[in-house]
Amino acid sequence: MIAEVGHYALLLALALALVQATLPQIGAWRGVASWVALAPPAALAQLLFVAVAFAALMAGYVTSDFSISNVAANSHTAKPLLYKVAGVWGNHEGSLILWVLILALFGAAVSVFGANLPPSFRARVLSIQGAIAVGFLLFTVASSNPFERLDPAPFEGNGLNPLLQDPGLAFHPPFLYLGYVGFSMAFAFAIAALLEGRVEPTWGRWVRPWTLAAWCALTLGIALGSWWAYYELGWGGFWFWDPVENASFMPWLAGTALLHSAIVVEKRDTLKSWTILLAIITFSLSLLGTFLVRSGVLTSVHAFATDPARGVFILGFLLFVIGGSLALYAVRAPALKGGGLFAPISREGSLVLNNLLLATACATVFLGTLYPLFLDAVSGGETKVSVGPPYFNGTFLPIMAPVAAAMAVGPFLPWKRGDLAGALGRLKAAFAIAIGIGLLTWAWQSDGPVWAILASALAAWLFVGALTELAERIKLGRAPLAETLRRARHLPRAAYGMTIAHAGVAVVIVGLTGATSWQSEKLQIMRAGETVALAGYELRFEGVRPVPGPNYDAMRGRFTVSRGGRPVTPLEPETRVYTDPPMDTTEAAIRPTVTGDLYAVVGDGDGAGGFATRLYYKPFVHWIWLGAGIMMVGGLISLTDRRHRVGAPARPPAPARLEPAAAE
Amino acid sequence: MHLRFVLPLVAFVLLAGALGVGLTLDPRIIPSAMKGKSVPDFALPPVAGRTLGLASTDLRDGEATVVNVFASWCVPCRVEHPLLVQLARQGIAVHGLNYKDAPERASNWLDTLGDPFRRTGADLDGRVSIDWGVYGVPETFVVSGEGTIVEKHVGPLSPEDIAGKIVPALERARR
Repeated sequence: MIAEVGHYALLLALALALVQATLPQIGAWRGVASWVALAPPAALAQLLFVAVAFAALMAGYVTSDFSISNVAANSHTAKPLLYKVAGVWGNHEGSLILWVLILALFGAAVSVFGANLPPSFRARVLSIQGAIAVGFLLFTVASSNPFERLDPAPFEGNGLNPLLQDPGLAFHPPFLYLGYVGFSMAFAFAIAALLEGRVEPTWGRWVRPWTLAAWCALTLGIALGSWWAYYELGWGGFWFWDPVENASFMPWLAGTALLHSAIVVEKRDTLKSWTILLAIITFSLSLLGTFLVRSGVLTSVHAFATDPARGVFILGFLLFVIGGSLALYAVRAPALKGGGLFAPISREGSLVLNNLLLATACATVFLGTLYPLFLDAVSGGETKVSVGPPYFNGTFLPIMAPVAAAMAVGPFLPWKRGDLAGALGRLKAAFAIAIGIGLLTWAWQSDGPVWAILASALAAWLFVGALTELAERIKLGRAPLAETLRRARHLPRAAYGMTIAHAGVAVVIVGLTGATSWQSEKLQIMRAGETVALAGYELRFEGVRPVPGPNYDAMRGRFTVSRGGRPVTPLEPETRVYTDPPMDTTEAAIRPTVTGDLYAVVGDGDGAGGFATRLYYKPFVHWIWLGAGIMMVGGLISLTDRRHRVGAPARPPAPARLEPAAAE
Repeated sequence: MHLRFVLPLVAFVLLAGALGVGLTLDPRIIPSAMKGKSVPDFALPPVAGRTLGLASTDLRDGEATVVNVFASWCVPCRVEHPLLVQLARQGIAVHGLNYKDAPERASNWLDTLGDPFRRTGADLDGRVSIDWGVYGVPETFVVSGEGTIVEKHVGPLSPEDIAGKIVPALERARR
């Protein structure tokens, strides 16, 4: 019964989405006020029905109703509650419902908080959101119905892939989707602006908070996924340039560029058509990400719905959404006139450089991800190649290095026309510290790769540079303390957000550098009582014993770790054998510290009392996720800036803009 | 209309075309670069305890043959093994290429599971298998009497594979 209610709610949501997609758009076109006014309530009702459908599916999972074929295929009574709940989106059909739910949430948010938007503009935005919802709901109802019944119902379900039964991964998809779908807001705003035929500075101000929110969620989602890969897959890798990882990374890169170019639109009334194009591209990449995962065009471990029939539908949908919006762009964009002029060396110029580099980086990832597909298509399936980390490391990293180097300088440049020598002059301290850190790194890791020394210096340059900019703004040390404190209090939160996010990038660089270039590892067969020395630690293997789990049996190994004779910690890695579905997983034991992680994995026995063990020491690896977290916090702080505050009532001149110190 | 504003659309249409073609391809098909080519020159000693080794000249003596790449450590090989025994009983010449295996384990495997192979080459370091373009075990090749690779199957054989792929390929090879 509950499943039927869910299915019915889904159909009603589809009907409502059709209304939301059409009437307000026509109303905005023709000037029919009542049709325009239809958009917000339609979006709210849309949320209600999708939420009912989602709740119905969740009820099916929580009560293990195996008469629903989706539940039977993906759940199991012995599964812990958290994974029953996470199981809702751990499969193709359920993840689509989550996608639509988040889309409806954003639509409802525009309805509730978008009172400062002109009604016809808001109607257009919501209608475009409605159109996207129509596509996804139609897809769900027609080819991926999660409420399909099974008769007779099985007594037990198939269970969820044990690799996915993990807290990190339980929350990875929702945040990823929050990001993907969040970029639909920027997209809807861009299309609405193209339809209206004008982009004003206010457009930049409206778009930025939504883009920022989506960016924060995507940052967290990607970081969670990478963290999961690190501790769950058992060899301590954190990024594999897997097609599906790239599919989430490309929207992030484009979204980061969008975040920065929208500032130029808002502050300087220029770069309009480029920013609109970026908004379209960012969401297109999000859709493409969904397509790549769901259709089986690119196969990888992630592709849990390899089904060409679905692929054809999504391709048609992509053609309509992306092709349609780019065609609209081709017609309307030439009419968008840029306002403010600027010199190459200026804040605008630095943001253009940022966009240029990020877009190029995104393009290299795109090429590497899709090139095998192109080659396959052109040769009719005769030529298969795979593009691996060497390509990405060789192309992506050299492009990102100047991004990091310029990131410290950009904020020092004023709008319109800047003085590069002056900006660099204020970065003397950062430069000196960077050189110092580089030399220290050289002394400490003299046999490590040269690029790692440069990367450390770069991280220091960026970190100190970001803080210097903040210090300059509040005149730290150059004005009386009271004045500094007053300035610090009045500095817009967006300024703090920027400093924190940029510093976060520096932290990520340290993590990437440490984990990839200074790692030490030991692989061997060990018997109980044997000791291995690694990175100054002694790891004594105590043996392996069986441990039962809720829905698996584990072999738990035990190491006692000591340093210079003093005990440090025990490490207990496991290999688990899940029964439903039958599958082995490794659970690494990790001792995280600020300066590096000890990472231990125990593998199969050799039948004679020895066990294969892998032991790693990964310097600074946690800084990767710490840095990503800092970046996200920076974004969130910026989001609380009163000028961004979603729903802040429209006031003709925002007070913050009158203050010269507040200008970004 | 300015060209630079149309470029994104053109690029996308090209991409969509490639994606469309990509959908029609089966991602599981691994092409064989060796198909239609002559078998590489090699000569391998027999697996421990057998008398007949395998060399390229054995594959060029006029009879169409099946060459199976196997290893005792490979579980799917164990699954397909009875089918090879059956194939050999039908009088088809089946040869074994033992990939990176411990000699005594390989001979033990053939002793306990039954030995369908007329000749068995022990490829201890896997060098010959690389020349054959082997991705992993098991793989099965159909070779014509002149030593040309007619068909290649990746992964364990099923009865359907034998009937639909291996036997027709043998018939083609005999023509």
